Amino acid sequence: MRPIQTTPRARYWRHNVLLIVTLLCAWWLVTFVPAYFAVELSHYFIFGWPFAFWMAAFGAPLFFLLIVGVYAWCMARRDRTARRLIREDD
Amino acid sequence: MSQQDPLSQKAFSAQLFRGYAAYAFGFSLLVLLLALLEIMGLARQWIGYAFLLVTVALYAAIGIMCRTSDPVEYYVAGRKVPAIYNGMATAADWMSVASFIGVAGTLYLTGYNGLAYILGWTGGYVLVALFLAPYLRKFGRYTIPDFLGARFGGHWPRMLGVVCAVLVSFTYLVAQIYGVGIITTRMTGISFELGIFIALGGVLVCSFLGGMRAVTWTQVGQYIILLIAYLVPVIWLAVKQTGEPVPQLAASAVMQQVTERERELSNDESELSVRALWQARADMMQVRESGLPATYETEKQSLRLKLLRARANDAPMGDVRLLERELASYPASVEQAQMAWSKARDDYAMRATAPQPHAEPFASRAYEAPDAVRHNFLAIVLCLMMGTAGLPHILMRSYTTPSVDAARKSVFWSLFFILLLYLMAPALAILVKFEIYSNLVGTRFAELPSWVHAWSAVDRSLLSILDLNQDGIVQLAEIQMGADVVVLAGPEIGGLPYVVSGLVAAGALAAALSTADGLLLTLSSALSHDTLFRVMSPKMGPGRRVLLSKILLLLVAFVAAWAATKTPADILFLVGAAFSFAASTFFPVLVMGVFWKGANKWGACCGMLTGLVITIVYMVQAQPWLRHWVLGISTSEPVELWWDIQPIASGVFGAPAAFVVIVVVSLLTKQKNPVTDALVDDLRLPD
Repeated sequence: MRPIQTTPRARYWRHNVLLIVTLLCAWWLVTFVPAYFAVELSHYFIFGWPFAFWMAAFGAPLFFLLIVGVYAWCMARRDRTARRLIREDD
Repeated sequence: MSQQDPLSQKAFSAQLFRGYAAYAFGFSLLVLLLALLEIMGLARQWIGYAFLLVTVALYAAIGIMCRTSDPVEYYVAGRKVPAIYNGMATAADWMSVASFIGVAGTLYLTGYNGLAYILGWTGGYVLVALFLAPYLRKFGRYTIPDFLGARFGGHWPRMLGVVCAVLVSFTYLVAQIYGVGIITTRMTGISFELGIFIALGGVLVCSFLGGMRAVTWTQVGQYIILLIAYLVPVIWLAVKQTGEPVPQLAASAVMQQVTERERELSNDESELSVRALWQARADMMQVRESGLPATYETEKQSLRLKLLRARANDAPMGDVRLLERELASYPASVEQAQMAWSKARDDYAMRATAPQPHAEPFASRAYEAPDAVRHNFLAIVLCLMMGTAGLPHILMRSYTTPSVDAARKSVFWSLFFILLLYLMAPALAILVKFEIYSNLVGTRFAELPSWVHAWSAVDRSLLSILDLNQDGIVQLAEIQMGADVVVLAGPEIGGLPYVVSGLVAAGALAAALSTADGLLLTLSSALSHDTLFRVMSPKMGPGRRVLLSKILLLLVAFVAAWAATKTPADILFLVGAAFSFAASTFFPVLVMGVFWKGANKWGACCGMLTGLVITIVYMVQAQPWLRHWVLGISTSEPVELWWDIQPIASGVFGAPAAFVVIVVVSLLTKQKNPVTDALVDDLRLPD
């Protein structure tokens, strides 16, 4: 028997967790950093809006959509290969 | 779980698309027809009736077409809702009357600070997508307590889940039904109670006959209506003001002017004089309040005297009426006088402050430290995010998709459809603000537009304009606007035809009904499926289970309607409480259940209880009226806030506590459980 860490099942889950942690960091960055430093960031402008306001009203929500989309797309691809690998492994 | 074969799925999607395209086209035709009739002179009230009757009839028709008594259809819509339609249904499920009407209004009133709601309510879907939706779909049963029961074993976690689901959903449901009552009253002028019961009929026809299946397909229809209802006025207003059809671009063009006008108004002579008058009133209230209990009698006496003198001197009827009303509503006790006067003092003091710059972050009133505002902003964002990821009626939606992949994509579509509306709200707030600043402020009182009279007649707290300094011209400080007015009266403020106002009301009704439907279903399945079937009589047949669920649904609906007619104190607080409960109970236990095999039954139970207790305790001690109600402490006693965080975000304390307790208790009561391990292993595999 091979060591547990290298079975396709364990690899699939490890990749999944890694992706989740990465995306969660992105989520944290776009939400809380601009919100915490909102006063300082209001001196910069983007598309005619103060940066902090634009970020909270439009930027961050659109970025959330991107995060959810990236996760769904990556996992759909990974699921297909993982299903094949797991079948081969069994 | 077997997947449907792709060909029939494609045919099903095509059929759905044709159906809903025809539906959207038909509804647009109806709006155009009513617009035409309005030009020809149809009375406003009939437009309201037409919208109310046609939309409720449409929902009922979809409900009747989808009736079912099969448990899989009834509880999870047969698990065959394509991701994009599931996303639309989730968006309608999600878009409550508070978010449809309230978000733009809150942004109008509080500027940047109101964006906490947009951030929290959209960011929560990231948590749903990453932590919960795919695993719940992989698990593939019927309810959220189902998951707790299977993952942690035994009846305790399941029953605690039922208690929490009922608590969260019922609080939220009462707020929705209350909203339905208000809207039907405004739309048609029928009484509040009758409005509630008509709307209840609309909700019940759907969820009672067809359960999740009927609710899902109705919600898709409701989403289409609420989208049209939100987009039409915003785009119209944008084109009217700037000639630019994209509301965000129009708003950014108008933004500069609004900021400039804000600066002008905060130093304007007549504005300053009005603010000084408000400050004088606030000071007077302060004197009255600090003079209690002696002032209670003297004030009453002087009011009586004033009334007598007015009557003796044949003062104008209006003045006498005003005094009579004031005397009739005079506080009944010293205690109540104190509450009323301190509230009046705060209200006046707030109106005495200069307008907050719209885009300035953490703009605070004089008595709040800017740092406290920032803490609160971050706390509300976090609490709403975790709460979103813990709402059972939203999580239940992952069960209705055909596959795990579709569950992930469905979250994407949900957020997409929610953003279609939420990205409009900041723009709408600014466009309406521009309209008010440039057209209403500075008008003569004799020439006030008709919508001002119409809406202040509905309810003084929604809109009141008072010529305080008696110069015959409207100053900004003389306008008092409630949050709901921005969306409900937005079309009239912008000078659009009445049919658009009717459309907006129909959209708000769709938002309230769709959310109420989802909540009712969550409640009745928690009670029937999880309590009566799983715990009390597991041998029940499928037919009886569905029947029982339908009976409970009726019961819950009537209890909620009854509670709504008792007029809950504070809608916004109710909604906040529901999110805090969800954040501190379901979110931690579900995440730990998937991501940590070590989490066990005792950890889960203790964690949920701790989260719940801490949230409730903080709410009770930090919300003055709740504290008064539970502990009998006077509302004037200062409240003790932890890190300046308002009670509406009390979930930020409950949730971390729940996580810690789950870990600690699970480690203390460690036991090997191969069944649970196998279940979690299976959750973590592709389907």
